[in-house]
Formats: sequence, C-alpha cells, structure tokens
Amino acid sequence: MSAVTVRLPTVLRQQANGQSAVSVAGSTVGEVVDELVLGYPDLKSNLLDEAGTVRKFINVYLNDEDIRFLDQLETTVVEGDEVAILPAVAGG
Amino acid sequence: MLSLSRTSWLEILAEAWRVYPLEACGLLLADRSADGALIDESGQADRPIQRFVPLKNAANSSRVFQLDPMGYMKVERMADDDGSEVVGVVHSHTHTAAYPSATDVREATMPLVPPTWHWVIVSLAWGSPELRSFRVQGQKSDWLLAWGSDSEYKKGSEYKKGTDKWGIAEEQVWLR
Ligand SMILES: [Zn+2]
Repeated sequence: MSAVTVRLPTVLRQQANGQSAVSVAGSTVGEVVDELVLGYPDLKSNLLDEAGTVRKFINVYLNDEDIRFLDQLETTVVEGDEVAILPAVAGG
Repeated sequence: MLSLSRTSWLEILAEAWRVYPLEACGLLLADRSADGALIDESGQADRPIQRFVPLKNAANSSRVFQLDPMGYMKVERMADDDGSEVVGVVHSHTHTAAYPSATDVREATMPLVPPTWHWVIVSLAWGSPELRSFRVQGQKSDWLLAWGSDSEYKKGSEYKKGTDKWGIAEEQVWLR
C-alpha cells in the first residue's frame, strides 16, 4: 500500500469536504479510487457506475498520464504518485 | 453577464485563428475574491473575466472539441495557486454561427460540467468574427444530486430535451 495524492477539480471538491487534494492509500489506481469513494461516499455516483466501472465522461490520470494508455485501473501506484480525476469537457 | 477585457477577446480570437481550421478551446478564469459586481437583467452577479487560457483541442477536429484533460487539470492547479477560479469555457465554430450546437447543449448540461460556467462561442464562419456567451438555465445541480445511474441519466437527458427546464440561454457580453 502506498500513500498517493488524489487531485480533484473544483467541481468535485464539494463532495470531498472542499479539499483540492486528498491523500489515499492503495497499490493500484483502482484501489485508490475505491478507497477514495469509501472515504467520500458522495463522490461515488459521480465517478463510478453501478458495476463499479469509472464513468465514460471521467478521466483518470496517473502522474499526467491517462490510465487508458497504462494498465487502466490495474496500474500500479507507488508512494508519492499523483492521481488526477476530472470530467471531460467537450462540445461541437 | 460576461465581462471580458478587449485583451482577452483578442487572445481568444488569436487562438481561434491560430488553430483554424480546427476548433479552438480554452478556459476563462476570474479572481476568486472579486465581487460579483456585474448584475445583468436576470439579477445574476458575475465576476469579470481575468484571463483566457487556451488549451489543446484533444479531439483535434474542425467539428468538435474536447478540452485536453491534463491541460484542464493544470489550469485548476494554477488557479489554486494564484487565487483564481475557472468560470467558463470557450470554443470556436469554424463553419457555423456563434450559437450552441446540439452537441454543445448536451455537453454543457452533462453531469460534472459546472452549471454556472459561461459557455463562450466565437465564430470564424464569416468575414468578421462574432462572439456570444451562454449559460445553462435551471436547477441542474439539484438534478445532478438526484441522478444515480446511467439509465436515470439517460432519462434525465430526454427530460431535458422535452422541456425548457434544462435549456441554455444567451447572456449579455460586455467588452471592457
Ligand atoms: Zn460549439
């Protein structure tokens, strides 16, 4: 288990007691996300669907890399890593 | 009401032309401590835009845009450090007028896109560029808190389409 920092954009902070970054323990990105929503249950429905999968419009980054291009939620994290979670903003 | 400096307007325009024929995009920042001194006809109090930060269009397209997510995160980080706040998003239309497309309306009313954001569109479709700003109307945040599943979310979108409750409306722009 490693302590990693999870960085949240303004729009998600309300559900994390107003914090812009929280420290969470885990050994993979998936564990970090699970631990995060355990600590801040209000975040859960915004981040995960009923099957526990990260919603399509949510991007998860590990140290500035999209986890879709790493091992997704299985990606290993080490002490001091930074996970960023943020919604997709798009239009036409 | 959107209060934009002429400098920011020129920066938006420069970015739109720089990436043309692709759609340009970026974020608008306001000073976190500034008063919402500008009150428009609807009584909404807004802080003046402090600056425009261009971002890469991750969709790399002339028809759609997606804010480069990491760039978005970096802007959030910068805002934390300098006491500003993201208050809006800008994108360009290369072939249509500066009014929201169906995609814009759908995306602007998505969960987790802040409902208070200014949606600014600049059009390069004709000789002289035009800029308009829009706001989501209605109690999106109440609805956000209520939605719990993808199926409910879909229902929400349909509901939205059928009523005026989740519309997007033009707001005044003041070039200062
Ligand atoms: Zn558009």
